[in-house]
Amino acid sequence: MKTVCLYFQVHQPWRLKKYRFFNMGKDHNYLDDLLNRSIMQKVARQCYLPMNALLLRLIKENQGAFRCSFSITGTAIEQFRAFAPEVLTSFKELAATGCVEFLAETYSHSLASLASKEDFEEQVKLHMEIIEKEFGKRPTAFRNTELIYSDQIGATVAEMGFRTMLAEGAKHVLGWKSPNFVYANAIDQRMRLLLRNYKLSDDIAFRFSDQGWDRWPLTADKFVEWLASEDTPGEVVNLFMDYETFGEHQKADTGIFEFMRALPAALLDKKNGLEFATVSEAAAKYQPVAVLHCPHAMSWADEERDVTAWLGNELQNEAFSKLYALKEKIARLHNRDFDYVWNFLQTSDHFYYMATKWLSDGDVHSYFNPYDSAYDAFINYMNVLSDFIIEVDKALEKQTAGVR
Amino acid sequence: MRVLMFGWEFPPHIAGGLGTACYGMTRGLARNGVEVTFVVPHAYGDEDQRFTHVLNASEVEALYGATGSGADDILSGLSFIRIDSNMVPYISPEEYADYHEQFVKTGQKTWSTTDVWKQRYTFSGKYGANLMEEVARYAMVAAQVAKDLEGQFDIIHAHDWLTYFAGIAAKRVSGKPLVVHMHATEYDRSGENVNTQVYAIERAGMQAADRVMAVSNLTRNIVINRYGIPAERVVTMHNAVRFAENSGEAPERGVEDKIITFLGRITYQKGPDYFVEAAAKVLKRMPNVRFVMAGSGDMMNHVIRRVARLGIADRFHFTGFLRGEDVHKMFQLSDVYVMPSVSEPFGISPLEAMRSNVPVIISKQSGVAEVLDYAVKVDYWDVDAMADAMYGLIKYPALANMFAAKGLEEVTNLKWNNVAAKIKAVYEEVIEEAKNQ
Repeated sequence: MKTVCLYFQVHQPWRLKKYRFFNMGKDHNYLDDLLNRSIMQKVARQCYLPMNALLLRLIKENQGAFRCSFSITGTAIEQFRAFAPEVLTSFKELAATGCVEFLAETYSHSLASLASKEDFEEQVKLHMEIIEKEFGKRPTAFRNTELIYSDQIGATVAEMGFRTMLAEGAKHVLGWKSPNFVYANAIDQRMRLLLRNYKLSDDIAFRFSDQGWDRWPLTADKFVEWLASEDTPGEVVNLFMDYETFGEHQKADTGIFEFMRALPAALLDKKNGLEFATVSEAAAKYQPVAVLHCPHAMSWADEERDVTAWLGNELQNEAFSKLYALKEKIARLHNRDFDYVWNFLQTSDHFYYMATKWLSDGDVHSYFNPYDSAYDAFINYMNVLSDFIIEVDKALEKQTAGVR
Repeated sequence: MRVLMFGWEFPPHIAGGLGTACYGMTRGLARNGVEVTFVVPHAYGDEDQRFTHVLNASEVEALYGATGSGADDILSGLSFIRIDSNMVPYISPEEYADYHEQFVKTGQKTWSTTDVWKQRYTFSGKYGANLMEEVARYAMVAAQVAKDLEGQFDIIHAHDWLTYFAGIAAKRVSGKPLVVHMHATEYDRSGENVNTQVYAIERAGMQAADRVMAVSNLTRNIVINRYGIPAERVVTMHNAVRFAENSGEAPERGVEDKIITFLGRITYQKGPDYFVEAAAKVLKRMPNVRFVMAGSGDMMNHVIRRVARLGIADRFHFTGFLRGEDVHKMFQLSDVYVMPSVSEPFGISPLEAMRSNVPVIISKQSGVAEVLDYAVKVDYWDVDAMADAMYGLIKYPALANMFAAKGLEEVTNLKWNNVAAKIKAVYEEVIEEAKNQ
C-alpha cells in the first residue's frame, strides 16, 4: 500500500506601505492596511473559504480516510483575525475532525534558520504557541519556511524535539534516489524526513491549467493512475504545495476545485492500493531507507532549489544582516509592540521581493508583489527598517534611563 | 525688445535645471522690459490633433500660479506657445528609443512609469519614431510658428540642443538674429563617448548662431576648444537663483541625526558614486549622520547595489525623484549639501541649498564654482577630501555656520535681474550687428 501525503502551505505576509525618507522619525505605521486587507479578503473568497468547505466535505464523506496536513504562518493567522475571522473558524472546524494535522514552522515565515539558532528557536516557539492556542494541539511535525533545509537545520529542529520534518525532493541532493521514501537526517537520525515529489506536486500546483503541457487536461483519474502506477515507485508520495494553488494560482474556472472534489474517491478506490495520511502518520508508518546528505541549504523555490531567492544578491544580504543585527536589542527591550514589528519585518517575502534573478521564475516572484523592482523593494524595506532601528534605540535609551 | 524663445517648461511642471533657469531668466527679462514669446514642447497625446497650443495669460497663471507670488509681472510681457511633442529636457537619443520601443511593444497610447521612485514620463506614439526625427519635426513646427509671428519679435533665443534646429529654422524664416544658450554640452552628458549626432546638432546650432551664451567659463572653453566656435562669438552668462518668497516654516525634522544630501539626477555626469564612497568613509568615523540621495537616473540601481555592498544602507537613504515642495523640504532638512559632479556646466542646485541656509560642498569641475566663494570646493574624484569636508562641516558648527551665513549673503546677490540685464545688452549688440550687415 502506497501512502499519499497531502500538505498545504498557508501564508500571507504583512505587506509594507510606501514608506519614504520623509516619513522617517515621524510615522511608525509601516503596513499597507488597505492592500493587506484587500488581498486577504480576495484570497479568502477565492481560495481559503471554498477550499476549506470542500475539504471538510471530503473528510466527512470519506469517514476519516481522507487526511491532509497544513502549516499556517503566524502572520497569516494575524491577518485572519484582523480581516477574515470566518477563515480561522473554518480551519478550526477542519482541526476538529481529527483528520487534519497542523505543522510547526517559523512564526513569520522567516529566514531565521539561516540567521542563528536562537532566532530560529524563538520563532518556532512563537509559532507553536499560536497554533496550539488556535487549534488546540501542539504540533509534532515541522516544516521550515519554503522548505529550507540542511543537515544542520534538520539537527536543530530535532533538538527542539521534533521527529518529522518536510524537505524538498531536490534532484541535486537526491541524485538517483527516489523522493518516495522516508529518509533520515544525517546528523540526528531520529529525525525523519518526508521529501516533496516536485514533479507530481507541480503537476497540480503549476501545470494544472497549462494548455501547452502535453498531459493537459489533468483529471483526478489520470492523476491517480500516475500515483498508482509502476512509474511512481516507493512507499510515500508527498504532494506539498501552496494552499493558494486552489482558486488563486489556479483559478476556479480551470476546474481545480472539481479536480480536488474527485481526487479522494478516485484515489481510495480499492484496486489502486493507495491511502491518505497526515505528515506525522506517514513518517511513523515507514522506516527510513537511508540518510539524506544535504550540507548546503536547499528549498523548494525556483529552478535552483536553493536559498538565492532570498539571499542571492547584495541587497538581500545587506537587509538581512542589518535586520538580524537588531536581535539582541529587541531581546533586551522585551516589549510586545517592538516584537510585533520585529516579527513581521522578518517575513521572507520582503527578501523575495528584492530578488534580481527573475528570469524563468519571474511569474512566481511577481505574484502578490507590490513592487515594480527589486530596488524599490529594497529602498522601501530599508527606510522602514532604518526608522525601526531609530525607535528601538530610543526605547532602549529610555529603558536604561528608567533603570537608573 | 521682443524675443522668440525656444525654452522648456517652468517648474513645477517639469523640474530640473533647464526649466528652472528658463523661468528665472524669463522673469528677469520681463523686469528689464523685454517681451518674451515662450515656445515649449509639451506632450498632449493622441486625443488632440493640433500641432500648437497658444495659451493665454490666465491659462499660464493656472499652470504656474503655484510657483509663488510675483507671477503677474512676467505674465504681462509673456506669451506662451506649446508645441505638441515628446521632447523633455535632457533626454538622450537612446532613452527616447527605449521609450519608443516600450510604446511599440505595449501598444498603449500614452506610456508612463507609475513608480513614485522614478520620474514620470508621458510618451505618445504620434510623434517621431526616434529623437532625431522628433527634433526635425519640432523644427518644422517652430518654423511655422516663427512665420505666424512675423514682425512680432526682434531676436530668437534657443535653449539646449533639442531646440537648436527650431532656432535655426526660425532664423531662416524670419531673418532675425539667433542666440543659442549652452546649458550643457554633449561632453558633460556623456564624457568622452559623445553621441556624434547630438554633437553635430550642437555644433550646427552654434555655427548658425550670432551669439553663443555659455553658462560658465568652463562651458565657454569647451565650446571654443571642442566645437571650434570663434571666441568672440561666445559669452559667459552665469546662471542666478530666484529667491522664492518664504514658503512657510521649516518642516519638522523626523530624525535627529545630521543629514548630508545629494540631490540631482543619478547619472554619470553628477558623480553619485563619489558621494557614496565619501559617505562610507564618514560613516566609519561618525555615528550620528545620515546620507540622502534624492533623485533618479540610469545609475540609481548601480548606486543602490554599491550602498548595499558597503553595508551602509541603514544610514544611506534614497527618496526617489522629488518635485516641487519636496525638493524644498529636502534642502531644509539638510545640514550639508554635496554636488560631486564629474562635469557640471553650471549647477544651480547648490545655490538653492545655500538659499535654504545649508553649507555646500561642490566639485571644482562645476561652473558654479566660478561664482561662489563660500562653498567648499573639492575635486570630484578626491573622495578623501570630500569626506574630510563632510566631516568638518558636521563636526565643527562654527565652520558650518560661517559657510551658511556668508553663503546666503553671496547667493542673495546672484540675481536673475542682473543676469537678464546682461542678456538684454547682448541682444542689443547682436541686433545692432545684424542691422549693420
